[in-house]
Amino acid sequence: MTDYALSARRSSKWGDMWASICANKAALFSLLFILLLVVTAIVTAITDALGIQILPYDPNLTDMNNAFIAPNAEHWFGTDQLGRDIFCRVIDGTKVSLSVGVAAVSIALITGTLLGAVGGYFGGRLDNLIMRAMDVILSVPSILLAITFMAAMGRGLDKAVLAIGLVSIPEYARIARSCVMSVKANDYIQAARVTGCSNLRIILKHIVPNITSPIVVRATLGISSAVLDTAALGFLGLGVQPPFAEWGDMLARSRSFIFSAPYTLIFPGLAITITVLAFNLFGDGLRDALDPRSRRR
Amino acid sequence: MLLDVQHLTTEFKTRHGPIQAVRDVSFCIEKGEILALVGESGSGKSVTSLSIMGLLSSNGRVSNGKIMFNGEDLLTKSDHALRKIRGNNISMIFQEPMTSLNPIFTVGDQILESIRLHTKLTKKEAQEKMLHLLDLVGIPNPAKRVKDYPHQLSGGMRQRIMIAIAMSCEPQLLIADEPTTALDVTIQAQILDLIYRMREQFNISVLLITHDLGVVAEAADRVAVMYCGRIVEEGTTRDILTRPCHPYTQGLLKSIPRLDDNSQRLYMIPGMVPPPEEVPDFCAFADRCERATEDCRKGLPPFVSLKDRRVRCVNVIAED
Repeated sequence: MTDYALSARRSSKWGDMWASICANKAALFSLLFILLLVVTAIVTAITDALGIQILPYDPNLTDMNNAFIAPNAEHWFGTDQLGRDIFCRVIDGTKVSLSVGVAAVSIALITGTLLGAVGGYFGGRLDNLIMRAMDVILSVPSILLAITFMAAMGRGLDKAVLAIGLVSIPEYARIARSCVMSVKANDYIQAARVTGCSNLRIILKHIVPNITSPIVVRATLGISSAVLDTAALGFLGLGVQPPFAEWGDMLARSRSFIFSAPYTLIFPGLAITITVLAFNLFGDGLRDALDPRSRRR
Repeated sequence: MLLDVQHLTTEFKTRHGPIQAVRDVSFCIEKGEILALVGESGSGKSVTSLSIMGLLSSNGRVSNGKIMFNGEDLLTKSDHALRKIRGNNISMIFQEPMTSLNPIFTVGDQILESIRLHTKLTKKEAQEKMLHLLDLVGIPNPAKRVKDYPHQLSGGMRQRIMIAIAMSCEPQLLIADEPTTALDVTIQAQILDLIYRMREQFNISVLLITHDLGVVAEAADRVAVMYCGRIVEEGTTRDILTRPCHPYTQGLLKSIPRLDDNSQRLYMIPGMVPPPEEVPDFCAFADRCERATEDCRKGLPPFVSLKDRRVRCVNVIAED
């Protein structure tokens, strides 16, 4: 009977979360869309590495004879100023945008949350030191700081990821710190201390799970702004190097044709918008699912 | 003797200099005994318990005294050693059952965590122990309740869960900091009864912190009354409640509404509790005391011992 109780409890915990996401149709569709993006990114990355072409056209092959073709059955999204198929470029750009967004946010989220949590938990001089360092980073506009980092480190996508990640650390540190300060005042933290938990255990087991929802919500927004930041860096020639496709870069490069050939702009723009929207809606659903109090039962 | 607190003084750093919250407090608890620490808000009873647990906030420190637990001074122990003692030997339950459980884990998870933190039981054994504990603290249908989140349980249920967690490692001392204050009267009685039963069953000692003399009468063997960080009177529950000696204790007892009393107004101790930074070196109650004489202001009165009780007063008069 006890064994049964154990297994039932485990499955119900994840089951509850899953049920909560399923009940939220927008979150469910967003999750499916994000999974689709991930699969697309992985498949294109693998086929690229193996040299297999699964897309109908080479996304980086210029063909000036076929520039500015409006969307039709052959070129679903049309072609751009250099005659490259936009559909193929949007698909191919998924892996860049997605990996940059996720990687940059992961760097910022993990570092920022830990710094903020440690500062908020221990307080005092350590907290002051961490938060003043964050203030220094915040005092410079983030894109300017990212450019400065890249000027020092050199160009390239990996460096763009690092730069975007570094400049967004303070946001997470601040959120984490303020949440930790309110959570640690709760009796259950004192109770955990009473049962003999170490500081590390209290932070990881009792505090971090209680501050996930604001941070997850911030992170979903962060992925979208990281995608946009990459585009900005790309536009300045610091991010992904041409001819490789990246949504923001495509958007920036076709902005001169907004009236003559709007489709060159619309499709990468839509890709960004829908991706950002999907992350936001999923983040929303995830927040509800992570918090047992707001879960429908 | 399980716990022997000697001359405990705890102070807090503030902007206006150090403030003593606990002043030269000494008491002891025998094995299997329930000692109640009674006093109004700010009298230092909670700080006393936090000092014992070693959980003072960062601006607080024990500036003097010893806390002997099983013959060892807790104040000289390392953080690591203290962590082992907490939970293993000393447990604590809190005033607010609403906030003392982590809202995002099921109660089962939280009980299991505590069991597995201190014992080497397998998952299955821990599971069985948990269900047994829940049964012990009177949770109906425990196998079902462990899957609940704290917000799905009532205050009384949560306090029972807290007690189950506290008892999970079979401590020798349970510190109960206002365990019934946030509960309504019928649940209060049940929880006190439960603490009492735990004592009988496991022979644990209990330090019961409360401002409610009704709770004291119901549960405690001995009582220590605190005023402005000092113990003013200590003795058996029966003695203290029926024949209080210190004027403060007498005042406290007189201000309890009684069913057999028809007077319109309740008795009130005149004056106010002095703020902590203005507590005098002499008897802190002198300014509010009807029996105060000049001797009261000549220095801190020593304890007067009467049979099995001690009173910090120069003009001890027993009242019947």
